[in-house]
Amino acid sequence: MPFTSIPWLELAVAVGLLGTLVVGRLRDPLTAANVCLAFVSTLLTLCIAAWVAFAVDPTASPQGVLTYLLGRPVLMLDELNAPLVPGIALLHWLTVLATARTKMVRFSFSRLLLGAAIRVATFACLAPVDLALLLLIGVLPPYLELRARKRPTGVYLLHMGLFIALLLGGLATSGTVSAVLLMAAVLLRSGTFPLHVWVTDLFENGSFGTALLTVAPITGMYAALRLVLPIPTPDWILQSIGAASLCTALYAAGMALVQTEARRFFAFLVLSHAALVLVGMELHTTISLTGALALWPSLALSLVGFGLTLRALEARFDRLALTEYRGLYSSCPPLAVGFLLTGLACVGFPGTSGFLASELLIDGALTVNPIVGITVVIVAALNGVAVLRVYLLLFTGKPSTSRVSLHITPREQTAFLILSALILLGGLLPQFAISNRHQAAEMTLAQRATQ
Amino acid sequence: MLDLVWLAKACGKVVVVVPFVLLACLGLPALLGISLAERTVNRLSQWLITLGFLAALAVPALMLASDSDHLLVSFGNWIAINPGLDTDHEHYHFTVEFEFDRLSVPLTIVSFALCGTISGFAARYLHREPGYNRFFVLFSLFLAGMMTTSLANTIETLFAGWELVGLSSALLVAFYLERVAPARNGLQVWIIYRISDAALLLAAVTLHHMTGEGDFDQLMGSDPWPHGQTSLTEWQALVIGLLLLIAAAGKSALIPFSGWLPRAMEGPTPSSAIFYGALSVHLGAFLLLRTSPLIAASVWLAVTILVLGLLTALYAYLVGAVQTDIKSALAFGALTQVGVILIEIGLGHWLPFFWYIALTHLLGNALLRTLQFIRAPSLLRDYHDLENAIGKRLPRPSTVPVAVAPRAFQIWLYRFALERGYLDALLIDYLVAPFLSLFRWLDRLERRWVGLLNQLPANRREPTHISSWSNEPTPVSGQR
Repeated sequence: MPFTSIPWLELAVAVGLLGTLVVGRLRDPLTAANVCLAFVSTLLTLCIAAWVAFAVDPTASPQGVLTYLLGRPVLMLDELNAPLVPGIALLHWLTVLATARTKMVRFSFSRLLLGAAIRVATFACLAPVDLALLLLIGVLPPYLELRARKRPTGVYLLHMGLFIALLLGGLATSGTVSAVLLMAAVLLRSGTFPLHVWVTDLFENGSFGTALLTVAPITGMYAALRLVLPIPTPDWILQSIGAASLCTALYAAGMALVQTEARRFFAFLVLSHAALVLVGMELHTTISLTGALALWPSLALSLVGFGLTLRALEARFDRLALTEYRGLYSSCPPLAVGFLLTGLACVGFPGTSGFLASELLIDGALTVNPIVGITVVIVAALNGVAVLRVYLLLFTGKPSTSRVSLHITPREQTAFLILSALILLGGLLPQFAISNRHQAAEMTLAQRATQ
Repeated sequence: MLDLVWLAKACGKVVVVVPFVLLACLGLPALLGISLAERTVNRLSQWLITLGFLAALAVPALMLASDSDHLLVSFGNWIAINPGLDTDHEHYHFTVEFEFDRLSVPLTIVSFALCGTISGFAARYLHREPGYNRFFVLFSLFLAGMMTTSLANTIETLFAGWELVGLSSALLVAFYLERVAPARNGLQVWIIYRISDAALLLAAVTLHHMTGEGDFDQLMGSDPWPHGQTSLTEWQALVIGLLLLIAAAGKSALIPFSGWLPRAMEGPTPSSAIFYGALSVHLGAFLLLRTSPLIAASVWLAVTILVLGLLTALYAYLVGAVQTDIKSALAFGALTQVGVILIEIGLGHWLPFFWYIALTHLLGNALLRTLQFIRAPSLLRDYHDLENAIGKRLPRPSTVPVAVAPRAFQIWLYRFALERGYLDALLIDYLVAPFLSLFRWLDRLERRWVGLLNQLPANRREPTHISSWSNEPTPVSGQR
């Protein structure tokens, strides 16, 4: 069978599902972590193979089981999602790799693999109905976790119930009504103000890893591009997404500045950045959409890196309150460096992967509407202040003392080095990524024009 | 035959690349968790800065020999979207290009000279300090930012360097990690720098939008500095110029952002010297000099700069006169001169020769203040030795001209100066506090809403807030 005809994506999803079953039967946390790492490494390799196959022959149509059963291709790559699918797998791989032993006891690796399979399938899905179905299934793993941890599920259930209703309503109707319902579903899934509280609630009540992987890939943007953008709708719908996202970006940036718990701070930082990515979609010029599409994977990577650093700190010091200067630098300097690097990458600091993407987004925003451009700049400035504030609160102050070693473990260090390398390489040599995202932006806008 | 222009460009590339090589040499081991020996750090810094300094000296020499007053060193496009297509297609490019001219070459040479001196000084001053390597990593980050800013030929490149300078500055203010005060002051410096960065970013993007290019050549014309002429209208020049002035005000601690300057003295003396005595505090003035054709195009911009410079000079003189620690007194002394430099830049609208005076003033002030800063610790000891030898205090002549003013006015002025013109209080009370109160109130509302949905008891729905401006947790009522 030719390399390009192998159904790599179906294999990747199958590996994820198989891993869920196998790891779910293991009782020893360390064994479960190692087996999970093996499965997620295989999943990542298969996703990379799918990307390579697409790069070799973009017109190839792999014949998998799903194609055979449904009579049409289900999981496919195009210009838009080709680099995103391996990116999603990479985020899961890094999360497993950076999981500290103290976290292994309570963290469910089987649910992580289930989430990985669902998310890879979601991002590899082109048809709106398939995508909607996977978005619905994607609601389950966080809910199961909240239940397993005996945490309150009211906020999550209420919001996701509304999400499901809006999504199904959007699929069942047509025209402008459908677009409005789908837009509302996308905004809810992206955590848009005032329907964002499920995100902060998930971070407070769920495990950090699950919340991180649920939110950081910014699945709402993918849903918006596949579900809302192709529909021939009036411009005001996209403008509404942009306006709501802009308000959310500003609101969440302000909220990040006053948080007293690291998890809530991080949740608002994610919300603010996810909203910024959605702002680029409203502008629908090639430059601004290129900026948004380039910012998206860069942010996902930086946010996951930032989140993993916080998670590693939590593994050592329990939940982090931001009510005092904690002096953690001396305990673990590499984590301080990782925190600063990934935090600055989130806010698009020069030399990191988000810098030029942010420039493109702001340039596109100013071209279309100066107020949007100015607001985006203000949001970036506020987020920058929030990141450094938390860095100083966590790492300066009277040094904390401990009888046990709190140094970074080799697995954590590997994860952070890979993250740092990707962030810095993406910042110093951005042409490949920007060109790739520009092609995706042109394809997306061309599809909308055709519709 | 030897191509002098090619050689000058090669030297120019060395000038630009050397700080980044130093940053990589010191930063990558830190990222990998490898601790370099003090001697290695010191030698790397000295050798690479000396190499950069020699290359910076060679550039003007070769430019003179080849009869050229303007040299462009290009590293190509960092990114390019649709390059070469007609204007019907949306296109974008970020060019990394550096310019050696009458403005940038002197500042580059002085920057390398001062950074080399401070590097040698810091090697002894920070000997066996726990953060020795961290200091030099941040110092090399500053040098890279400084070179990028001073040599940039596009406003986007300048912005990138500007941000590097800001970050290194804030982190060096918070250098002593075990103490809380430097962290708090570092955060305040960072906040002002972020305002400055935002203004510069808006200026950069607005310029890109108005002219389709970010190159200074496009903005200022092809004539060498300071004879460039902008193609922008007076109104456009005023808008971009005002944004640049806000950026300059933040970076150079001009009114109303002067409050961060004494706070920045929490950092180690070598960084205080190079940042707030010499280079960083002058970057705002340099930015205005670089964009001087905008000042030539807009009389209102020139008047605004002149007035801001005058107010800053007066303010810094008054506040500097009542400072009780030598670093703060020197910093306000430097700021007084920055105010005067701004006046000179504003006057350049009517007589462009003032821009040469401003540049000379800037370089002289940077050199003098660096010397004063690094001499300060030993000077105090010398004074104490002298006073011990003669058995009494050394005479302290009063040179304050307000000594002849009415007593009540003197007291008011003293209080005004002692409180640093109430600038910090005004910014905190009327800008920061309402902003934080609003979001704390929203946070409480949100928590109550989530608690209600999750059916939590009321006592688990309220947060405790900490103010970044004080050590004590602020009550939930939001009162400061």
